[in-house]
Amino acid sequence: MERTLRDWRAVVVFVGPAALLYTIILLIPMVWSFGYTFFKGSPIGGFTFVGVDNYLRLISDAKFLKSLWFSTQYAIVVSAGQIFFGLLLALLYVFYLKRASALVRTLVFFPVVLPTVAVAQMFVKIFEIAPQYGQVNALLDLVQLDTFIQPWLGQGRTAFWVIVIMDIWRAVGFYGILLYAGLVEISDEVIEAARLDGARGWNLLQFILLPLLTPVIISSLIFSLNGTLKVFDSVLALTGGGPGATTMPLTLYMYRTSFSLNNYGYGSTLAVMLTLECLLVTLLVFRKARRDVL
Amino acid sequence: MKTTVVPNTPLPNARGSALRRVGQIAIAVLVGLLVLIELYPTVWLLMSSMKAPDEFNLFPIYALPRSLYFQNYVEAWTAGHMSTYFTNSVLATVPSLLLLLLVGVPAGFGIEILKWKFSNTMLLVFMAAIMVPLQMAILPLFTIYTQLQLLDTRLGLIITYTAFGLPLTIFLMAGYFKSVPREMLEAAVVDGANIYQVFFYIALPVVMNSIVTIALVQFFFIWNDLFLSFTFISDTDLRTIQTGLLNFQGQYGQRDWGPTFASIAMSILPTLLIYLLLNQFIIKGLTAGSVKG
Repeated sequence: MERTLRDWRAVVVFVGPAALLYTIILLIPMVWSFGYTFFKGSPIGGFTFVGVDNYLRLISDAKFLKSLWFSTQYAIVVSAGQIFFGLLLALLYVFYLKRASALVRTLVFFPVVLPTVAVAQMFVKIFEIAPQYGQVNALLDLVQLDTFIQPWLGQGRTAFWVIVIMDIWRAVGFYGILLYAGLVEISDEVIEAARLDGARGWNLLQFILLPLLTPVIISSLIFSLNGTLKVFDSVLALTGGGPGATTMPLTLYMYRTSFSLNNYGYGSTLAVMLTLECLLVTLLVFRKARRDVL
Repeated sequence: MKTTVVPNTPLPNARGSALRRVGQIAIAVLVGLLVLIELYPTVWLLMSSMKAPDEFNLFPIYALPRSLYFQNYVEAWTAGHMSTYFTNSVLATVPSLLLLLLVGVPAGFGIEILKWKFSNTMLLVFMAAIMVPLQMAILPLFTIYTQLQLLDTRLGLIITYTAFGLPLTIFLMAGYFKSVPREMLEAAVVDGANIYQVFFYIALPVVMNSIVTIALVQFFFIWNDLFLSFTFISDTDLRTIQTGLLNFQGQYGQRDWGPTFASIAMSILPTLLIYLLLNQFIIKGLTAGSVKG
């Protein structure tokens, strides 16, 4: 047994191809990207060494600060929404629909698997104003609330909320299932005992369910924040960062800097910032959670 | 029987049960509303894709279609180049998936079952790419592909999808191989099986369902990908559905709503079909990737 499992040639055969591909396509480029941050330029125009200039430039770059703020704001709002509504869904599944919840779970999960571009184009049409009213404006027209009819995607403030609504809409079924799985894990005896002690409704949720669910909520939160901080597809397909640069996330700013302005050095610096923010947020949530739970 | 049941309804509690009934109705309405909100856009999209051109001008956007105008699909398929995009997506997705499983499944086995010094470290190294944003890799990758002339090629895209799918595939596979009973492996080895026979005849059959799950999850990631094909493909003839659709919006989106809706509908059709058939696998797979990650 031992001899068969300790065969190093088998290790090479089994793991080798994956390790090789992974190293060339992901690992080396990631390190290489970090190297780019000390240069200016692109492969086409050539690189010049600039030391830490790219990092210094960040502080005074208003576009960077704005896009960082946009990404952060967006990530917080969308994650909060995804988890809040996901939790409501999970409670609904477990305590009201009970065994009948399978069908509803499946239906509500469906948008998760839809392509972002398709979803975004649907939402463009839903919030359209010209040449014809989309769903929202048509509905406002129908109920005579004409004053609220507006170009939802044509104004930075409302466009932000359209993106937020879309991404919550898309993912809520996913978080519903994650948290549902967490709730099902909580043993019936615990809930029953709490009920006998008089915990009901809000009390049951606050003192029994939420504390027991914390690990699942934390991992959902980390997953959600990491996904939303990296938002790219939704924004590109829905607003393209506009109008102006009002809905420009860090990822898209990094993309434009690298490919439209041909500055790989500064683009990589922005990518490093994005990586740092993801790591920082994950660590923060972990530490906060540890202090609260243990 | 009936007569014994009816008197059982507790009269003193009539007010309580009325309240409960109101509560139940409220919940039912809430559930209905929720399902409606989550499903309506897709249903509306499919309906709109059947509308004749003047229907968009004459009736509000939420009106039901007056006819079944399949011409939209013909238009999107030919004039809208959806036939090209669709073919490109299939030709990128299928080979990527096969390659991904071919490389990723054995790697999961090698890391979880085989005994070697750095197996845990290796898993952690693979996991690093789950945390680090893809944006960190694309610029050097662009340079590499330019040098190797892989830019704007199907092969380049396939390699990229395969490599980017590896971390999650290996991570999940390692977990699934853990559930293969050790006794089964040992019995096979005692019977004289070598490690490759153990892999093919003992371990693989046990994790077959999980492989299907992973294949489905990766199918969605690759089929729905915008970022990578947007970055590495600029040739119109090689565009996948998602990048094609993105451009479709600009060209036709304002004028021809019918074909636009039809092309969006086409892009979600494979997803819809697979989801209808295999939703339990898909839900399991997609959520497994995050709880453990």
